[in-house]
Amino acid sequence: MTSRRNYARRYVWFVVPAAFAVVATILFPWLFTIYVSAFDWRLGGAREWVGFANYTKLFTDERFGWAMLRTLIYTAMAVVFPLILGLAAALVFNQKFPLRGLARTVFILPMMATPVAVALVWTMMFHPQLGVLNWLLAQVGIPPSMWVYSPDTVIPTLVVVEVWHWTPLVMLLILGGLASLPGDPYEAAKIDGATPLQCFWHITLPLLAPYIVVALIIRTIDALKAFDTIYVITQGGPGSASETINIFLYLQAFAFYNVGYASAVVVVFFAIILALAALLMWTRQRVRV
Amino acid sequence: MQGITRRGTVLGTLAAPMVVERVGAQSAFDWRRFRGERIEVSVQLSPRGNLLTQHNREFEELTGIRAGVEVVPEQQHRQKIIIEYASGRPSFDVGEVSLHVNKRQVGRARWNTDIRALIADQTLTAPDFDFNDFGQGMREYATQADGRMDTLPAFADYFILYYNKELLAARNVAVPTNFDEMFDSAKRIEDRGRQIYGHVGRGLKNANVVLWSSYLLGTTQRDMINAERQLITDTDDAIWATRQYQRFLRDASPPGSIGFNWNECQTTFMQGRAAMWIDGIGFAAPLEDPQRSRVAGKVGYAVVPRGPANHHCALFGAGYGIPEASRKKGPAWLYLQWALGKQMQTRMLAAGAGVPARLSPFTNEEVIGQSRFPREFFATLQASGRIARAGLPEILPVTEFRDVIGTALTNTIGGADPVAEMRAATAAFKPILERSERET
Repeated sequence: MTSRRNYARRYVWFVVPAAFAVVATILFPWLFTIYVSAFDWRLGGAREWVGFANYTKLFTDERFGWAMLRTLIYTAMAVVFPLILGLAAALVFNQKFPLRGLARTVFILPMMATPVAVALVWTMMFHPQLGVLNWLLAQVGIPPSMWVYSPDTVIPTLVVVEVWHWTPLVMLLILGGLASLPGDPYEAAKIDGATPLQCFWHITLPLLAPYIVVALIIRTIDALKAFDTIYVITQGGPGSASETINIFLYLQAFAFYNVGYASAVVVVFFAIILALAALLMWTRQRVRV
Repeated sequence: MQGITRRGTVLGTLAAPMVVERVGAQSAFDWRRFRGERIEVSVQLSPRGNLLTQHNREFEELTGIRAGVEVVPEQQHRQKIIIEYASGRPSFDVGEVSLHVNKRQVGRARWNTDIRALIADQTLTAPDFDFNDFGQGMREYATQADGRMDTLPAFADYFILYYNKELLAARNVAVPTNFDEMFDSAKRIEDRGRQIYGHVGRGLKNANVVLWSSYLLGTTQRDMINAERQLITDTDDAIWATRQYQRFLRDASPPGSIGFNWNECQTTFMQGRAAMWIDGIGFAAPLEDPQRSRVAGKVGYAVVPRGPANHHCALFGAGYGIPEASRKKGPAWLYLQWALGKQMQTRMLAAGAGVPARLSPFTNEEVIGQSRFPREFFATLQASGRIARAGLPEILPVTEFRDVIGTALTNTIGGADPVAEMRAATAAFKPILERSERET
């Protein structure tokens, strides 16, 4: 017992640098954010202690509510579509065919582009009169779309950009899973006369489930955090039609300088992300079992 | 008591030139007084900012001071400087302040030094600085309510009417002088089959408020807050302005205008797809660039049409200030004198980069004659100067104002009722304004 205590005492100093880094870069900013959220504070103005008032204001703020709803809708679409398309692409790229390596490389190119550059290129393509997308639609006799320039189509259009950008990542994750699948179950299924669809449904999908859940967790967290593409393309508009929580937060903090209120948004949003991540992790454990 | 010693005499003789130089420095202005120092300058990305970076070497050779010029896009720059000022240790010694957005905020917090003392100091101010050369209006615009002048006015931005001469001539349409004429002309020119529209304007929330204010300035009310500093954006005049905004953007502009900021408007106009566009004069330069614009040489310039009661154009502007926390106020002041001196301001006018705050460039016939802009451009600029009026209220939460009112305006493009929208927006912003007024 004594020797264990001595051992701990001797090596405790080795932990100090890491502990200091964690406190300085993670714990302190968090505690400070929570502290600031208890103030009514506009940058350049006086600070007034308001306790939980910023939190109660959040739950009566209609704009926050709409932003939250939009975030959830956007996230749901920006997770489901890349998962379906990424799975399909992985199944295709798992087959052997000529120029497969080149095709894989081309497929993952969008993922390598920086979000702001991607957003700028798409913005030009979305222009209702001068953009290439409406020109292409016109070539096949389809009437032009307003893309991000209409409150009705802005969220699905932004999801298109997200899907284009991040489906390759999902494909890579699932492709890794496919490469590690054992061959025996397929051989047994073949002997038993299973069709390819039955093989996929009863063997591939269950075995891939842990990889799909990992992709789901990564995509969900990424989609919830989406800011750069939305800000560059629409700045939350038209009106507030694409104002997600991150855009709302950015406006409160850096356009209106409501530092206290913005901190409360951060705390609540972080709690939501944490809850979602915990749920997904729990699902992952279940899938493993 | 110790008398004159031999050592004292020798030291005194050796030190004499330095003392004389120092005395001279105190009595006469010297551009090279701070040679060897380094300052940081933070300005917005714009044709004005580009001019400063292009000619930076000239300042460095003149003064021996090294100037690091940081150029940041407009919106991000506004946020960056406020956060840096609030930190108490801004990284820059000269900063650009958008007077129509941040003037009151910067003034209330006393983040910038009062430059009147620097102007009065003859050892720090060049004899040919000529403060009176800055227009009276711009000097007042850069002065805080308490009389402090914490920025030196740099440029004004007037809203003007750009029009496509070819499109107007094709339909035998005259340059409109009021908004009804303008709307009728826009509808006559419109050819949706060919994607030609009579008008283009800002629809994006926040950015669109300055177009709406161009209509409001023509009413009896003119302003957005009254003398008691109360919000008046749901009055008959404000509703009239909103209806104007709605009909121009909804009925006479390209589909999708709801998401257009100035850059989409500029692109549409440059491609010859829109006949008329009301926006800042600072956006003129690319229109006359034949490499980028299909309407180069065909652009007409006119003052904003007259409203039912008044005739004004929206005025915006910026000044350059020196942070109170800067330890290099002297070198920074020399930079201001150079950056906003007669030569640089004349360059600004010649390049079509904005409206200089000084008056002398406008009398420089040589520059005007050699400019790629037509005389009509300069005439519009001077005429706009005579009718200019602040395009945004001088309040602290001006960005929030633009956001709330801008959202209501955007909704009207989608077909929402202007009365209901403006009433709701006014009710939403009223408490924010009242609170900020209580704090000041």
